[in-house]
Amino acid sequence: MEVLIAFLVGGLAAVGVYLMLRPHLIQFLIGFLVLGNAANLLIFTAGRLGSQSPPLVQRDGSLLETIANPLPQALILTAIVIGFGLAAFGIVLFYKAEQALGTLNAEAMPEVFEPAPAPSPVDQVRAPTPEKERIPV
Amino acid sequence: MVAAVLVAFAGALGAPWVYRGLGNWAGWGLALLPLGLTLYFASFLPAVLAGQTLRHGVPWVPSLGVSLSFYLDGLSLLFALLITGIGTFIVIYSGGYLKGHPDLGRFYLVILLFMASMLGLVLADNIVTLFVMWELTSLTSYLLIGFNHTEFRSRRAATQALIVTAGGGLALLAGLILLAGMGGSWEISELLAKGEVLRAHPWYLGALVLVLLGAFTKSAQFPFHFWLPNAMEAPTPVSAYLHSATMVKAGVYLLARLQPALGGTEVWNSTLMAFGLATLLTGATLTFRHTDLKRLLAYSTVAALGALVFAIGMVPLTSYYGAVGFATFLLAHSLYKGGLFMAAGAVDHEAGTRNIGQLSGLFRAMPITGVAVVLAALSLAGLPPVLGFLGKEVLYSAALEAARPWMIGLAVLGFAVGATLALILTVPFFRGRPPEGVHEGPPSLWLGPVVLAGLGLLVGLFPGLYNPLADAVASAVKGHPVEYHLKLWHGLNLPLLLSLLTVFLGVGLYFLYPRLQDWMAREPVPGPESAYVGLMRGLMRFSSGLERLLQSGSLRAYLVWTFSGLVVLVGLALLRGNGLFWPQLPLGPHPGQAVLLVLMLLAALAALRLRAHLAMVVVVGIVGAGVAIIFLLQNAPDLAITQFLVETLTAVLIALVLLQIRRIGAVPRGRFLDKLVALGFGGVLTLLMLSMLAQPMSPHLSQFFAEKSLPEGFGRNIVNVILVDFRGLDTFGEITVVGLAGLGVYALLQRLRREEKP
Repeated sequence: MEVLIAFLVGGLAAVGVYLMLRPHLIQFLIGFLVLGNAANLLIFTAGRLGSQSPPLVQRDGSLLETIANPLPQALILTAIVIGFGLAAFGIVLFYKAEQALGTLNAEAMPEVFEPAPAPSPVDQVRAPTPEKERIPV
Repeated sequence: MVAAVLVAFAGALGAPWVYRGLGNWAGWGLALLPLGLTLYFASFLPAVLAGQTLRHGVPWVPSLGVSLSFYLDGLSLLFALLITGIGTFIVIYSGGYLKGHPDLGRFYLVILLFMASMLGLVLADNIVTLFVMWELTSLTSYLLIGFNHTEFRSRRAATQALIVTAGGGLALLAGLILLAGMGGSWEISELLAKGEVLRAHPWYLGALVLVLLGAFTKSAQFPFHFWLPNAMEAPTPVSAYLHSATMVKAGVYLLARLQPALGGTEVWNSTLMAFGLATLLTGATLTFRHTDLKRLLAYSTVAALGALVFAIGMVPLTSYYGAVGFATFLLAHSLYKGGLFMAAGAVDHEAGTRNIGQLSGLFRAMPITGVAVVLAALSLAGLPPVLGFLGKEVLYSAALEAARPWMIGLAVLGFAVGATLALILTVPFFRGRPPEGVHEGPPSLWLGPVVLAGLGLLVGLFPGLYNPLADAVASAVKGHPVEYHLKLWHGLNLPLLLSLLTVFLGVGLYFLYPRLQDWMAREPVPGPESAYVGLMRGLMRFSSGLERLLQSGSLRAYLVWTFSGLVVLVGLALLRGNGLFWPQLPLGPHPGQAVLLVLMLLAALAALRLRAHLAMVVVVGIVGAGVAIIFLLQNAPDLAITQFLVETLTAVLIALVLLQIRRIGAVPRGRFLDKLVALGFGGVLTLLMLSMLAQPMSPHLSQFFAEKSLPEGFGRNIVNVILVDFRGLDTFGEITVVGLAGLGVYALLQRLRREEKP
């Protein structure tokens, strides 16, 4: 089972990365979700499979020898929730980008959205002193 | 001593408030700080002249061997007196020179900060303290050169000075650390006692080169001299103080300080003499190119710094002339050059120009400044009866003992230009009529030049006044006690003849000056500064090229870099580490599970072909649900339920938002590189997992959590206890992230709604 999952993780990751490299941001998003699932599976399998029962302490306070490894489960739980937060934000951000720029093609975006050059910080800090205040030094 | 330096820093920080309180009188008021410090250090004179060295320190970072330890002997005392003494007049002078300048409060702050740092630098015994102070002087120098920060030239000169001196500072840091490692101590006083060990050490040459780089950049030695004349963009008090009397002598100070430890080897003697002489001649030659008072003085400072380095190189080769010559010429130069700079500033302030060709008859208009200039110029020319004469005589005696004849010839030529410059500077005071309306400046402007030039005359007439301190300085530089009798008249001897020759040469060069100037102006020679400019341009080109490469603005490029970097690094680590392994595990216990895995993979592959959003949602749902089922089968119910919930929510969100977006149109076919990176990444992950699964797993941490869950976390669900108890802060962070993401989503949707309204 673990060996099969190793190949599945590789396959999912390859699909995820390839989709993330595509120009369209929806494909990027789908790739991101697939890659996230692959990463979670990797961590989960690293804690080894093949347990007989969930990671619970018995009512009398004793521990069964065959419970699942609790540590990767705790880590993945955090990862799933954070991944969702990021995905939710990304979905709305892409939607907003589509509204504002009219495209979701990441490679076309710089052409649509060309920001004005920022003023030089030196000139911004202080306008030159008026001529009469300046003292020859 | 520690207290004195700290008081200097504290006083500097309070300067802007003093300026706000005292206004135009702040210069006189603030001068009390350096004056008090001068008196304080003068009180150590009897002890130091009696041959004592004082050491005092408090721990700073004891675990790293860093302490605020200070060390006072003849050499550091002379420097401390110069810094505080000249500093007193500089502060007074600044009050008159920059009167009414809107940033004068800040100027006082920085120049006093510089004084405190310089004081700490020459007193420091601990190497780290010395380095910190060294860099502080570079930083304050940067701020002071760029004081007129609205001028492009000032900013450029400040940056150039900072890059050259701080770049040398980096080399110095490495050199000092090497020294500390070689000598086994962070205290200079202890390293000085281990000269034999240091010079025989295999790292000696490396450490020496690094220390010399630091000292040469700071003291504007050839080929790093170019930053100093450019630094004349600074207000004149800064030029007088930092760039002639004190800061540029920090490198010279360091060489003199380390002379007993590092000096005496063939490479030390010849390097210092060669670079000193080269600097002396460079400064002397380039003097002829300029007509601006401050630039003239700057090149003469470069020449003098070269002479001082030349003298330090001669110290091990001479019985005492080298060390005494160093001690005498150092004081002479600080006095006359500080005075000349301040006088030049006063002339500029009153007459409105620093161009030597436009000044005339100033002596009648500004008699007090005129007297100071004449006295200082005598010292510059090396004429009796002023201190400059004494310094040059002893240096010639040293050169006659240690240097080859051609070196002496070049040194005479270099010093002759000093005499020429003295003429160039004084003639405008006597020739022609004074311009209309030019008159003597306020006392704050002439007090400094008069006192400094007067001191040069006083010590010249009565060398006995300085003799004991000169001996103490020479002893510190030489490494053992030195006694020498300084006097004006040694009888008719070879040094005196050389002095005469110098003066004649100088006068001769003065008459050639106009012609030389024309010739040099016509032939712009590419110097080391062109190398600096080229280096800076190259750096800019390199970094903009790098930016185009790395910060291309293309999401795909960033991801390709990131993922291919991961492939290479993880792949290398796998191959070079323990190698690849195949785990001895059964392939699949249950055909149903195998079917699930294949289904997930097929769904993912289908996503590569699909264009419709809804189909994509289905694909992602299949993969996510598959993962949840694996969790469920492998006894992770918490994970399974969370995964199901999240998958559902994601699907709802995508349905709500993304279905309003147009279908994906035609997109270009995938590039070969993309496929390569994706396959490489997946392959590396599979190999990584296989190798990892072949290793035994350490159950240590999991066992700890399982055992402590009930007794310490009071929960039977171990996963939950880990999340809310053992890693509670982590979970708190997670909640924050999700909360912020929610806020972001809300804000974006609000903006959309607002934009839709009108």
